[in-house]
Amino acid sequence: MTAADPLRATHRAIEAVWRIEAARVIAGLARLVRDVGLAEELAQDALVVALEQWPKSGVPDNPGSWLMATAKHRAIDVLRRQTRYAQKLEEIGRDLDVRQQGEPGPDAAAGEYIGDDLLRLVFTACHPVLPTESRVALTLRLLGGLTTEEIARAFLVAEPTVAQRIVRAKRRLAAQKVEFELPAPHELADRLASVLEVIYLIFNEGYAATAGDDWTRPALCQEALRLGRILAGLAPAEPEVYGLVGLMEIQASRLRARIGPVGEPVLLLDQDRRLWDRLLVRRGLEAIDRAEALGGRFGPYALQGAIAACHARAASADATDWERIAALYRVLAHVSPSPVVELNRAVAVGMAAGPAEGLAIADALVSEPALAAYPHLPAVRGDLLVRLGRPEEARREFERAAALTRNERERALFLGRAAGCENGTPAG
Amino acid sequence: MRYLVLLKAQQPSTPPPPELMEAIMKLGGEATAAGALLDTAGLAPSASGALVELTGGRLSVTDGPFAEAKELISYALYEVRSREEAVEWASRFMKLHRDLWNGWEGESAVVKVMGPEDFGPPTA
Repeated sequence: MTAADPLRATHRAIEAVWRIEAARVIAGLARLVRDVGLAEELAQDALVVALEQWPKSGVPDNPGSWLMATAKHRAIDVLRRQTRYAQKLEEIGRDLDVRQQGEPGPDAAAGEYIGDDLLRLVFTACHPVLPTESRVALTLRLLGGLTTEEIARAFLVAEPTVAQRIVRAKRRLAAQKVEFELPAPHELADRLASVLEVIYLIFNEGYAATAGDDWTRPALCQEALRLGRILAGLAPAEPEVYGLVGLMEIQASRLRARIGPVGEPVLLLDQDRRLWDRLLVRRGLEAIDRAEALGGRFGPYALQGAIAACHARAASADATDWERIAALYRVLAHVSPSPVVELNRAVAVGMAAGPAEGLAIADALVSEPALAAYPHLPAVRGDLLVRLGRPEEARREFERAAALTRNERERALFLGRAAGCENGTPAG
Repeated sequence: MRYLVLLKAQQPSTPPPPELMEAIMKLGGEATAAGALLDTAGLAPSASGALVELTGGRLSVTDGPFAEAKELISYALYEVRSREEAVEWASRFMKLHRDLWNGWEGESAVVKVMGPEDFGPPTA
């Protein structure tokens, strides 16, 4: 950005303000108009006004309040029109439920507590009546302040697809008469699980991105972390929220270490731990400690976070507390059973108790249909067989893993291990 | 991406007004709630610090204070999505000083902390 382009610079400054304020403005408006779709449109209108006025007038001292006040004025106009419309309908004998709120005074936007509205917005964007992909898009749009184009680039889909998802999601929320309210106590656990799922999906979409990808994809990790941190502030009594935040902080701490010099993936135990981001490790461990301190039954995120914390605490791969990890996987397999969890438990038990014990768990998964095409099952079995001194069987497992994977770098890794078994010098 | 915001100013002869400190705490709370502020603290005058220098192959250690016009007053570490966002938080911080501490002057340096994005692919 140069002095030659002051308008562009102002626009970027306004976009930054927008990203900071969007969720709060939309949340405050949604409480007023009781419709997140309409709230978002009103907030966008205010942004357009800002983009017209601020380059001339300068960015106001309190831009959030300015955006809120501008949008609220428009909201009041809309409500008035709706009311007139309703009166007309009533005149012709129809009944329509219109909520009419009192008009906010000029200072209504300044300094008001918005936390519950933000939380309502989170729960609404992640409402279970919406398909997962719509929840993700709506969350990034309403809470992240991302543009449709940014969401499309990050998820490698066409922009009109994302736009359509958002439009449909808003329509569905209206059609299903989803109230802009916090979940009732009896539905809180399920509703919260839906929110956490959306945030972790966003995180994993970024985490799955490879070195060559457009930077908007890895940036999704940061976006998910930001959403998680905001949620932890809004719902500080929920151990699962801290569990997810801790899990994401610790996984994000490894971003630099998990890709080698030529872009190859580096497995957790082979990573140079000096490259781990210490600040994120510390924050992650703090979040897991808080989840533990809150007590209660551990949920799947707190458990996965606790497992990640075991790795984060180990100064070297050899110092890993595998017994604790194996015990945590045992609980996780109980709380949230899945064949992949069971396979991870096989690895942990293989490290804690010995390869024979690990192999017994992995062998029980061979007939599992969900893992029939999962390359890591034969890879784990190959690993354990090598350690048991059964190279011929190990070689067949690694070859099977190589045949199953769709990742070229991973295939090379598995074939290398298979070749190692043949030479009688199995690596690993 | 992460930015370190370093506040530099002359050491004041009087402590900052309590209203300013209150407003700074409030802003810090907002930035934390927004998921942006990761860490912040005030920095003691250079009298309590020291300087370790390497010149011509020789290490030397000098205890503070140092006669510099401006000293580091505080730091704040933000995680944001653009430089403009970091500048916006720093501007809000400086506006508090403008509004609540008459005559005070200083500067906030907004410094990018290198992150994975600096080692990965070029930004689009």
